[in-house]
Amino acid sequence: MNIVVCMKQVPDTEVERSLVPGDGTVDRAGADGVINYLDEFAIEEGLKLREAHGGEVTILTMGPVKAADSVRKALSMGADKAVHVIDDALAGSDAVASSLAIAEALKLTGFDLVLFGCESTDARTGLVPAMVAERLGVPQLTLAAKVDVSGPEVTIRRVTDDGVATVTGSLPAVVSVNEKINEPRYPTFKGIMAAKKKPVQTLTLADISVPAGQVGLDNAWSWVDDFAARPPRQAGVIVKDEGDGGNKAAAFLAGRKFI
Amino acid sequence: MAEVLVLAERDASGEVKKVTLELLTAARRLGEPSVVWLGPGAEGAQARLAEYGAVKVYSADSADFAGYVTAPAAELLAKLVNEKSPAAVLVAGTNDAKEAAARLAVKTGSGVLTDAVSVTADGGRIVAEQPNFGGAVTVHSSVRTGTPIIALRPGGVTAEPSTGAAGIEAVEFSASDEAKLARVTERAPAEKGGRPDLSEAQIVVSGGRGTGSEEGFKIIERLADSLGAAVGASRAVVDAGWYPHQFQVGQTGKTVSPQLYLAVGISGAIQHRAGMQTSKTIVAVNKDAEAPIFEIADYGVVGDLFTVVPQLIDDINKHKG
Repeated sequence: MNIVVCMKQVPDTEVERSLVPGDGTVDRAGADGVINYLDEFAIEEGLKLREAHGGEVTILTMGPVKAADSVRKALSMGADKAVHVIDDALAGSDAVASSLAIAEALKLTGFDLVLFGCESTDARTGLVPAMVAERLGVPQLTLAAKVDVSGPEVTIRRVTDDGVATVTGSLPAVVSVNEKINEPRYPTFKGIMAAKKKPVQTLTLADISVPAGQVGLDNAWSWVDDFAARPPRQAGVIVKDEGDGGNKAAAFLAGRKFI
Repeated sequence: MAEVLVLAERDASGEVKKVTLELLTAARRLGEPSVVWLGPGAEGAQARLAEYGAVKVYSADSADFAGYVTAPAAELLAKLVNEKSPAAVLVAGTNDAKEAAARLAVKTGSGVLTDAVSVTADGGRIVAEQPNFGGAVTVHSSVRTGTPIIALRPGGVTAEPSTGAAGIEAVEFSASDEAKLARVTERAPAEKGGRPDLSEAQIVVSGGRGTGSEEGFKIIERLADSLGAAVGASRAVVDAGWYPHQFQVGQTGKTVSPQLYLAVGISGAIQHRAGMQTSKTIVAVNKDAEAPIFEIADYGVVGDLFTVVPQLIDDINKHKG
């Protein structure tokens, strides 16, 4: 099975993140880039499906030069090869434009199963997997807590705000996974060494036949007009419990008419 | 006035969700709201939709919406966008609706904004306010191409009644073969229990690692029930298996902004704050005075939650008298 895992490098969520003054894009240069936390589950699921069904796992990413570090980490977890779509014209692309570049790159690499994390921790739109399924005209099997491939069919356990559903579609298909699906493995020393020799193909917009006028900040269909750091919350009252901490908290709630 | 499409949602019992009323309230600021109703039951919902100012209800009574994942909804919305040329399409920031919005954006060549907490008409433009990075940054965004498609965070807008005709117009619809690629073969609604929905609750009581165990976490449920609140949990609690995943608040769980958020035994790592720091009032109980949750709390008690919380519950119950 030809499994392609779409991976995004994002600013580390463990540190304060910010937007770039002027254009309102996510500040990527100023932060450490890491594999989007939710994509680690997609990588793990790809590796598990390869172990069960054979085939290859390809990492597909779109991003600046520094995203190569995250590609290498994904390879060290056990993926076979990678494709890195890299082009200055892609900077600042919104979800619609990103989904176009990803879908066109997937057409070039070919795929039986495309795996995504269910959202990125920076933009948090959760839109891209559904958009890519729409563009490719293949089943959208998203928000999966379980994935089973059986012959030509994929069945997932889809978990949403409204409950759980069992959803089935035929390969090729787009799947997105949530963080309850598995326990992502850590790269081993052997994996890290092996990753250094694994092939990483770089593709430009011209390679994937996407006109520069359809992507990037200047052509984004949605736009940040302005942004401001939220004013810090007013310092609150902190008391030490001296046997009456619960009474004091209740008095605060009563004062604010919550009780 | 221009028409604004509002994608309605109902809960497992068939009632119109509160977020739909919030969408109607937001839509009235932009134009005349027309509800898009998927599947059966528009007649039963009509009175409620009228109370919140729906002018029309497009009722597409097809089984395809329940039978296939999101693509049929996107197809219907695209048909209505092409026929009615609305000023905007508003959907709830729920999984199903956001995915329908994603596909609609591709189908209609439109920009899409998610996680909006308010929308305003600014001349010819529609501007959405979005809290980014868990509320650390407030962003104003707009759509420059196509029909603005905006997903609103549940609880972001306060629902306000206003009278509308809510006249039902039946829409003939059956999904194309391309929209029937992901078949739903089985469905189980989320366990509701007796508590309010986490994303829609006025008060949320969340417990963290400090509760110590599945047994210890029960004190969070008792406190929540004394306040008529929803229960939330930190990632540590969910990862430990003390409470189900659907109640996780934070970066990779739900984002909530209730009137009151009580964080009990939660240190307040940035991952958790991302899911709750836009709450109107925050109260924290934690035994570590250095816990970062106290930096954003309006009121904090440094102490053992197993002595502070029972006393708090007693006092709350006394107030109910």
